[in-house]
Amino acid sequence: MIKIMLTAALVLFSVAIAIALYRIISGPSLPDRVVAMDMIVVNLISAVAIISILLETKAFLEVILILGILAFISTIALSKYVERGVIIERKRNR
Amino acid sequence: MNASEIGEFLVVLLILIGSIISVISALGIIRFPDVYTRSHAATKSATLGVLLSLTGAFIYIWLTDHFISVRLILGILFVFITAPVSGHLIIRAAYRSHVEMTEDTVEDELKPVLNDKR
Repeated sequence: MIKIMLTAALVLFSVAIAIALYRIISGPSLPDRVVAMDMIVVNLISAVAIISILLETKAFLEVILILGILAFISTIALSKYVERGVIIERKRNR
Repeated sequence: MNASEIGEFLVVLLILIGSIISVISALGIIRFPDVYTRSHAATKSATLGVLLSLTGAFIYIWLTDHFISVRLILGILFVFITAPVSGHLIIRAAYRSHVEMTEDTVEDELKPVLNDKR
């Protein structure tokens, strides 16, 4: 019963990832695609948590933390690119 | 069915509710008309879904293995802090780069503020 419910939750998360993938392919602007990318990584985090319950291991819990940090850094870099055109700015006086 | 199995069942029910909320948020990201409403759907309810499922995983590991996973607590805190911040930044960048709103928008309170500053 527990295994069936966990598998159903995994299937629902992959449905959410597939729908966000459709938004990445057909999004009209670049911020649409970045928002959908952020949502894919967030769903991937919870999929990793469910898989680590299903396999009865604690070895995948670092993956959750690292995926969270990577999603935050990549979203901030992409938003700086959308806003200003560069990600790392040069020094102004020289 | 003893007490521990009932506890595991409730935790897995929590994870299932989180996945249903995440699917609702995905429907929002596909049905809403412009990028601002889409990010409203994506940041709020996807964050709630991932928080529910991570909390479920934490309590499940606590019940079955008697192991309090500090990494999972850190992951919950980090997602809870950074997901609204990243949504705010990308929507601010979208407004600054003149992404169109939908035609149903009746009021844009940020526009006169930005025009006064320039």
